[in-house]
Amino acid sequence: MELYGGLLRAGHLPVQVISMFFAPQRRAEMKRFLAFLLIASLCVPVFAAGQSEAPAAKPQEIRVLLANHPYGELIKPMIPEFEAKTGIKVNVESLQESQLTQKLTTEFATGSSTVDVFMTRPLQEGLLFIKNGWYAPLDAYDFSDYPATSVSLGQKDGKTYIVPLVTEWQVLYYRKDLLRKAGLKVPTNFTELEAAAKAMTSADVAGFGSRGKGAAAVTQISSFIYNFGGNYLDKNVAVFNTPEAVEAFRYYGKLLANYGPQGVTSMSWENLMPVFQAGKLAMWTDASVFYGQLVDPTKTQVPAADIGVAQLPAGPKGDHPFIVVSWGFGLSSKTQNKAAATQFLEWATSKDLAVKAMLANITMARDSAWTDPSVKQKMNAELAATQSHAAKNGYPFDRPFMSAVGKARDLIGEVVIEAIDSKGTSTRLQALATEKVNAVNDLLKADGEYGGK
Amino acid sequence: MIKSGFFEKRLRYLFPLPAVLFVLLLMVFPVVYTLFVSFSDWALTSGRPMKFVGLGSYLKVLREPRFIAALERTFFFTLGAVLIESVLGTGIAIILNRHFRGKNAVKFVLLLPLVATPVAIGIVWNLFYDPTIGFLNYVLNLFGLPQSGWVTASRTVLPSLMLVDIWQWTPMITLIVLAGLAGLSQEPYESARVDGASHFQILRLITLPLIMPTVLTALILRAIDALKTFDIIYAMTGGGPGYSSETINIMAFKYSFEYFDLGTASAILVFLFFLVLLFSLAVMKVRKQFEL
Repeated sequence: MELYGGLLRAGHLPVQVISMFFAPQRRAEMKRFLAFLLIASLCVPVFAAGQSEAPAAKPQEIRVLLANHPYGELIKPMIPEFEAKTGIKVNVESLQESQLTQKLTTEFATGSSTVDVFMTRPLQEGLLFIKNGWYAPLDAYDFSDYPATSVSLGQKDGKTYIVPLVTEWQVLYYRKDLLRKAGLKVPTNFTELEAAAKAMTSADVAGFGSRGKGAAAVTQISSFIYNFGGNYLDKNVAVFNTPEAVEAFRYYGKLLANYGPQGVTSMSWENLMPVFQAGKLAMWTDASVFYGQLVDPTKTQVPAADIGVAQLPAGPKGDHPFIVVSWGFGLSSKTQNKAAATQFLEWATSKDLAVKAMLANITMARDSAWTDPSVKQKMNAELAATQSHAAKNGYPFDRPFMSAVGKARDLIGEVVIEAIDSKGTSTRLQALATEKVNAVNDLLKADGEYGGK
Repeated sequence: MIKSGFFEKRLRYLFPLPAVLFVLLLMVFPVVYTLFVSFSDWALTSGRPMKFVGLGSYLKVLREPRFIAALERTFFFTLGAVLIESVLGTGIAIILNRHFRGKNAVKFVLLLPLVATPVAIGIVWNLFYDPTIGFLNYVLNLFGLPQSGWVTASRTVLPSLMLVDIWQWTPMITLIVLAGLAGLSQEPYESARVDGASHFQILRLITLPLIMPTVLTALILRAIDALKTFDIIYAMTGGGPGYSSETINIMAFKYSFEYFDLGTASAILVFLFFLVLLFSLAVMKVRKQFEL
């Protein structure tokens, strides 16, 4: 009650103030009035200044999401230059790759997104984002400097939605000193690979490492499946239960179980790289992108001269390591600042930056970045050789290319883990693969992507 | 004043309104919305709009062997961890419930696991557990014991995670029980001592029955929390290797943020919601009987 009365009384306050202004008889009130005038006059120039500045500058602001990827790290410190040149204010956020996908998807799906430009993974989320109309079409972008196959990943119905940024292919990192000690040459086929793994395995060092953590391993085992003559999808039908593919699962499982580091079924690249850097792994197969970090003396205990990189050994039925566009840039279809966002996109995917990235051992999708003389001069010859081999013979996918790739990877990951846990000998591996093939086909059907094309 | 009388009578509705709105918007709405989504087929990967399918998502979840396995793991994890925590926590509280020098220092140390960030705890324990360079396998090795895969092997991953939970949450039970012990009246003890009861008899016949309601309260709070454990498991294993540490919460997270199958994810979460609710009701009922 008290409070309510107080509120009612407070209603009289404006009346008191007005009467004070018009009838300032008492000195105290007069003083207060003068003080008010003084404060008011102080405020006026501030407001005026604010007003006069506002229409002239009207700073354009965009929100950019980058991945915690060497390329994201490379361009972040250069963004102030872009801001100074264009007058566009860039708000950057960096996220780990799966969190980036989660954040983008949540924001787009709830229609609350204020993202303008973002790094994106064409093979992981490209189909999903295109399907839901979350990318803006890039009609004005000049794609002539990119291989047609890499551009086609981000295309649908004649429109292009993704600028290819970084390419990766599967390579074999190895310890030159250990190989020499074992009296062996760099393995060129799977028989030699197994022999080398066996020869270099000791109490202290694991002979061969590759991702064993279910879903994460799907991309790394893909090249093995291709080299054994299998595939994940054929014309949008899951086929990883063919004898060739099952053979690949068995081989991969046998190698990792016998010669891999302990606990390999819970290891992805972020767990394997430190083991290699600590000198406890003789051979490691993963994406080419990690070369720079392996030879960085501040991060690795092995001298750079002892670290070699070679193409993945050929299999009994082929020699097709994956070579994929692992990262691209996209423009949000919901952007409110299309001009500024496009300007940023053009800058972030420019030739200049591509060359700078190449000099930092980040392998870019632009053709011209590879022919640049400064790059050619500095590029590690072994790494360059693996690239030209993969570009010639490689396969442009490292996972099933479908919208529900997240679930499909978990399903395939179950087969990988069974193969490793059984050292490749599991009697139910074939049946398990068939069960998962059916499950992946169900996903394709549910999303309207089964068969055709 | 007739008008203001009208307002004054209804004023009691006006003042709590912000709080009521807060509760409705931030607590009731998400639950109701999750319930709503759980009756629909809403998979972002299909590119189709949300469609009402009634109990379809629930049937899909129940037919998924992965869900049943996750349910079992959730129960195993909760029961195992909470029971051990209760026994250990009560035991430590009884030991600490006397005057000795450095009692406050011990209490302070006990508090540390409680205030640590779960993700940081996960990272540190992962370092301990690492099969190649970890501290625990080094210790096992010193004593000539066989090495364990800890969180990297499907057979040992759940007990390993439970150990972390026990390490972190036993102190909470200890502190609650200590508070309960401090509030006990001394008279029954005095008369028991006069009657010549032994220490063990006093403990078994007086202390334990008297603090049982406190222990049960602590146990309920812990169990509700443990059923929903997410942070430690996600930070340490992400549900792996394979699915071998995937609890219901982790599974729901994967269905929503990795598979973008929001209908199924919501159905899983509604199951978890009712599971926690039922559990709380059941324990409350047991507790009532205990006190009678």
